[in-house]
Amino acid sequence: MNRPIPYIPHTQQDISVMLKAVGVSSVDQLFSDIPESVRLQGSLAVPQGVSEYEALKFMQGLSEMNIRCTSFLGCGIYDHIIPSAVKQVLSTPAFLTSYTPYQPEISQGLLQGIFEFQTMICRLTGMQVSNASLYDGHTAAAEAAAIALQAKRKAGTILVSAGVHPFTRKVLETHYRGSGIKIETVELHQGRTRLEDVKDLLSSDAAALIVQTPNILGVLEDLDGFAEAVHEKKALFIVSSNPMTLGVCRNQASWGADIAIGDTQCFGLPQSFGGPTVGYIAAVEKLLRKMPGRIAGETKDAQGRRAFVLTLQAREQHIKRERATSNICSNQALAAFGTASYLALAGPEGLREAGVQCMSKAHYLYEKLGEIPGLHPVVEAPFFHEFAFYLASPEKAKEYLDRMYRRGIFAGVHLGEMDSRFDGIVVSAVTEKRTREEMDRYAECTREVLA
Amino acid sequence: MSELLLFEKSKEGRRGFLLPALDVPAADPQEVIGPSICADAPPALPQLCEVEVTRHYQNLARKNFGVDLGFYPLGSCTMKYNPKVNEEAASLPGFCEVHPLQPEESVQGSLKLLHTLTSFLCEITGMSWGTMQSMAGAHGEFTGMKLFRAYFQKRGETRRNRLIVPSSSHGTNPASAHLSGFEVVEIPADSRGLVSLEALAPHLDDRLAGIMLTNPNTLGLFETDILEISQAVHDSGGLLYYDGANLNAVMGISRPGDMGFDVIHLNLHKTFSTPHGGGGPGSGPVLVSKRLVPFLPVPDVTQEGDIYRFSWDRPESIGKISGFYGNFLVNVRALTYILVMGCDGLKRASQMAVLNANYLMKHLKPLYHLTYDVICKHEFVLSAERLKKETGITAVDIAKGLIEEGIHPPTVYFPLIVPEALMIEPTETETLETLDRFIEVMKHLHRRAYEDPQSLKEAPSHMAVSRVDDVGAARHPRVCWEC
Repeated sequence: MNRPIPYIPHTQQDISVMLKAVGVSSVDQLFSDIPESVRLQGSLAVPQGVSEYEALKFMQGLSEMNIRCTSFLGCGIYDHIIPSAVKQVLSTPAFLTSYTPYQPEISQGLLQGIFEFQTMICRLTGMQVSNASLYDGHTAAAEAAAIALQAKRKAGTILVSAGVHPFTRKVLETHYRGSGIKIETVELHQGRTRLEDVKDLLSSDAAALIVQTPNILGVLEDLDGFAEAVHEKKALFIVSSNPMTLGVCRNQASWGADIAIGDTQCFGLPQSFGGPTVGYIAAVEKLLRKMPGRIAGETKDAQGRRAFVLTLQAREQHIKRERATSNICSNQALAAFGTASYLALAGPEGLREAGVQCMSKAHYLYEKLGEIPGLHPVVEAPFFHEFAFYLASPEKAKEYLDRMYRRGIFAGVHLGEMDSRFDGIVVSAVTEKRTREEMDRYAECTREVLA
Repeated sequence: MSELLLFEKSKEGRRGFLLPALDVPAADPQEVIGPSICADAPPALPQLCEVEVTRHYQNLARKNFGVDLGFYPLGSCTMKYNPKVNEEAASLPGFCEVHPLQPEESVQGSLKLLHTLTSFLCEITGMSWGTMQSMAGAHGEFTGMKLFRAYFQKRGETRRNRLIVPSSSHGTNPASAHLSGFEVVEIPADSRGLVSLEALAPHLDDRLAGIMLTNPNTLGLFETDILEISQAVHDSGGLLYYDGANLNAVMGISRPGDMGFDVIHLNLHKTFSTPHGGGGPGSGPVLVSKRLVPFLPVPDVTQEGDIYRFSWDRPESIGKISGFYGNFLVNVRALTYILVMGCDGLKRASQMAVLNANYLMKHLKPLYHLTYDVICKHEFVLSAERLKKETGITAVDIAKGLIEEGIHPPTVYFPLIVPEALMIEPTETETLETLDRFIEVMKHLHRRAYEDPQSLKEAPSHMAVSRVDDVGAARHPRVCWEC
């Protein structure tokens, strides 16, 4: 008899009964259709199975090889406080172990939860429609660009501000490489995207302009006049925002954006080495039928009661196959529930307070660091909870970060490693989770390290 | 009755979560960021206390079904049990509280995990190396198509633009191929329900980029000519893509790499027991044969002795396909599963998945038409066509009848080549007793179709809602509350 496995219930007797019913004499006979030439000879070179306790111990060992320090890392992933009630939602079996809600009568919980998530995204961004979420904020940019290219069929260029996260640009480049679509960069000036540069580069070939605010340097962009300039060329204006800023800062709709994108990791999701997070995408109403992925909609049941259902499925791959608007067939549902429950707990005041705290702390640290010789702010421009400073060279930046790490502090991200136009620039993020004591220590260590 | 929306339960002044008191001087947004960038007011989010939020989600949970609550034979989705130790592993602080841009030295555990999991998956599938960056099956397919492109580009074979997909394939296959600029050519299944060399022959020329297959296919049948197919495609200069949706049928028995596939994706949320989460997050790693390794996405994870590194130095790489390194915590769960199962357990999973499917098929085929009456692999497809003709009861009606009985319906109306399709995949984690009950319920529904079809047309009768108006939902879309 084989060793029992807790997830496989078959007893020897079950197997005999079942084989007899099927009309074969052995389990091997069930695989007789597989030609000998493609059968695996011998067994897989994977270790023998172990108990869950041993597996967990092994995983624990791996997890303990990771080192955690006081973190001022940002650039897309942030160390925020996560309410306990969110963790509870994320481990609810009826959400965790269910599939995409194709059968609405047995999936009203998920469908309503997704509908609520969509509503929250609309309220944050000011847009009219949202989908059920995308893989992450970076791939959301590629999907948003695809909407723009569909909306303006003859266009072949996507303009991207250099202030957009370098990894977002890399994902865009991979997405469109070999397709004939050009990705053009609008350089930053004094840390910001300038309207005049955008106007210079906008041609009739442009399908969209993508801007991120706060941008990769942490600077809040001033997007006055951008939408008009973009719309004049019949292109779409796509604005990516860290939604943590939206309790305090103007949202995408207020800048005239057609599509709002970003990532909601900051709301209720751990850093998790970068994933899973939740990409969001919201748009003006007229783009609804061009949206990628799943969308929950409100409707009625046979008795006229409110009900929810996955809607506008005619856009999707399982109906349209190669003519679908996107190949996406999933969403980050469970993680989106983390975000929605976070926002429900925080409410408008909680969101605003979290924003003000992040901002206050970042400015506190910024002021402290400003007194230290050897650190130079990249620009004097308004920022939210991330700011950039540069050291004399990429080597100096690396050395500084390394020496801070030896003191138990992740001081920031050297942007030059993602994009050489930012060589020597370090970006630090401060969330509401950091304490004054931690920031004072950061300043003190920086002083020592740079002395 | 539907649960009130969070927004409808809102009451001004309630809060569900507090922050520590601010320990630095409060910045005034108007002053710090300027009035031109400040919001007039915070977004109109609901205002609730913690009790209400918790109850809200638990009440929603009561209106939802999951593998933890009952049988979920949803074909092609491999709704196997999600082991609880996986969840514990994925919640270890050493994994959750790590930033993706930390120094490499400080994330050796995460890197080792990615490296180990990639190695194990390569062994299980017979491939050379891969990436864990892709976050779902469709994302993996898209990545795979980019790899095809990069390969042909390198060889100067830009004419190779045709991709063959069988008519029984998942919708994502043609969608991913098309999105990557390939011209999709659909070929029909032969009388065995399989891809035949005859159907392939007209397309084997210098415009062929390759073929996308699942094996076993979506009918649950093993493509027995796979070696001849891969030989023919390779001989004419094309590549083979394996959609790993159905790997649960053949672990430890047959490997896509040995069948001749060049690029494959796996669905860790299917075969490797990570939870589906209501549609995600999943994980769709892509693995390749040796000649495609140089094109894999960056960064690669490499090992030198005891040290693990990210390597960005891959000049022929297709580039980056997601923000960071994929859905890392999902990958944590998959590795935990592989450790518990081991080589013997993975093989047994496939064996018992196939046994379960054949047992159900044997008992159900006298009632529901089985188009291809041979031994199946992990799933099989019945047709309610005859039932529909005789009683008016369709595959969807049967599905709704199952809901009344506390069973999640099979996949309906897929694959498209079987009319009134009911695609059933029990997985290995179900007991004989569960299967027997399912058979009884399916028999009962069949009887009901003849005796009382009207009641079945109105099913389900005692769920949170009865049948919903999806036509109306699409005609007048409301995707946001009071927007």
